[in-house]
Amino acid sequence: MIETEGLTKQLGGRTVVSDVTFRCEPGAVTGFLGPNGAGKTTTMRMLVGLSDPDSGTAQILGGRYRDLPNPGRRVGILLDASAQHAGRRGREALAVSARTMGVPAQRVDTLLDLVGLDETAAGRRVGKYSLGMRQRLGFAHALLGDPEVLILDEPANGLDPEGMRWMRGLLRGFADRGGTVLLSSHLLAEVEAVADRLMIIGGGRIQAQGTRAELLTESATIVEADDLVALEAALHRAGLAIRPAEGDRRLVDAEPELVARAAMAGGVVLRRLTPAEGAGLERLFFELTTSDARAPSSQTDSIHPELSGATA
Amino acid sequence: MSTTTLAAPIRVDAAGVHARPGLGRLVAVELRKMVDTRAGLWLQVATVAITVLAVIFACFDGGATDPTFQSVLNVGLQPAAILLPVAGVLLVTSEWSQRTSLITFALVPVRSRVLGAKLIASLVLAVAMFVASVAIVAAGVLVASPGVDGTWADSAPLIGQSAVYLTAGMVVGVALGAILLASAPAIVALFALPVSWLAVVSLPFLADIAPWVSTARALSPMQEEVMSATQWAHVGTALALWMLLPLAIGTWRISRREVTA
Repeated sequence: MIETEGLTKQLGGRTVVSDVTFRCEPGAVTGFLGPNGAGKTTTMRMLVGLSDPDSGTAQILGGRYRDLPNPGRRVGILLDASAQHAGRRGREALAVSARTMGVPAQRVDTLLDLVGLDETAAGRRVGKYSLGMRQRLGFAHALLGDPEVLILDEPANGLDPEGMRWMRGLLRGFADRGGTVLLSSHLLAEVEAVADRLMIIGGGRIQAQGTRAELLTESATIVEADDLVALEAALHRAGLAIRPAEGDRRLVDAEPELVARAAMAGGVVLRRLTPAEGAGLERLFFELTTSDARAPSSQTDSIHPELSGATA
Repeated sequence: MSTTTLAAPIRVDAAGVHARPGLGRLVAVELRKMVDTRAGLWLQVATVAITVLAVIFACFDGGATDPTFQSVLNVGLQPAAILLPVAGVLLVTSEWSQRTSLITFALVPVRSRVLGAKLIASLVLAVAMFVASVAIVAAGVLVASPGVDGTWADSAPLIGQSAVYLTAGMVVGVALGAILLASAPAIVALFALPVSWLAVVSLPFLADIAPWVSTARALSPMQEEVMSATQWAHVGTALALWMLLPLAIGTWRISRREVTA
């Protein structure tokens, strides 16, 4: 469980994080989305006591992180995979932390195995690691203390597609066993597939949060027909907005069922009728996080009627 | 937290989950961190190797007089006296230059405990290096001047003073590292500050206070002669100014600083 209340932080006279309030429940993966510089990292640092908020509170497992007697055994952290001594061997980097938190030394080997760093890799100095290897070492480090909560900043950075799949499986399994996961990313595609809940941050403020479905109450529909003129006419009659999409497809801002009914009423044969959820989320993410759209604009409101509810 | 039990990929025993890491364990970890990197290991190896070379030169330089414990000690302590404070600086600054502070302070959020562990670890290393240096010096003297009268004069007080000399130098290194939190400036300050300061206080109208406020002046007699009570008082005030005060400022700075590394 992670809980924040009105977290606010100024750095160098600029408000980096502003009134950030959220909850991450056990058993769920929460995706923390936002462009670079939106305040994700600063928020995560405040969660674990590496940075003091100017106002607001952050609680992990029911108390302040810094009051946990042995935090490494309850909260696994990966804030920056490159934050390791370049001259230390991979295995030794884990062994030092294992010793600090009082974890048996054998666990280091178990975790190296789990993240797929072999004997050769484990014996190399971290300075010689690729970003992907550092990220794997970072995962091993975060899991070393057998934690209940995982806080991961841009963990997919540098992972190849196979590594991404592995990471998703790992996080899914962790959450399914009752763990709490908070992971950040600036790329929607990285978290979309694994996150149960999404928080979108832009300009230091939470712009929207909710389950994937909640954020997509308006789902657009992709439609294709042989007779495009008749299709457009039928949709217009039904009062549905229609936009051109890829090729001779059309994007309709309505549920597939409504589109199908409108087409039937107009006697139009559809070749294709699919929900366009992904595109919608991407658009939402883009609109919410671009700097001139800090607050959902009126246009955004018309596209996402439920958005203000999700933000509140 | 929910009542769901979290079965981790690999279950470890639950003991110690709610136990704060003890200071002894933190000290052991800090000692390990001083020698488990390439730079750290070679710094220690180099200190011992250079000490051996220095003692060999001091014992067998072909001079007219037989080397005494005092004369060889004066030379044999220098490598450790110069390199130990560098190890002390790096012990603190590498957490920032190598960005491991993110990990260290996440695992031990009470930062003053980390600094305390570093301080104790540095003292342990200083004592170990002191024992090694004195042993190398003694071995050299034993070989070079066997059974010569007066060779071992004053060795007990000199050994005691050497211990203070090396450990104090080490703590000054830790303190400067804690204030500057960057390796290069801290090492430059370590060597340049005492000398520049000595130049300032050597001005005629400051000559009376110089031994009280300059570590270079106050500590120099330590491996050369048996010190008087006044000289010990000089050591006390100079170290308060150049060791304790920086340490206090450094502790305050580390405790408050944002860990953004």
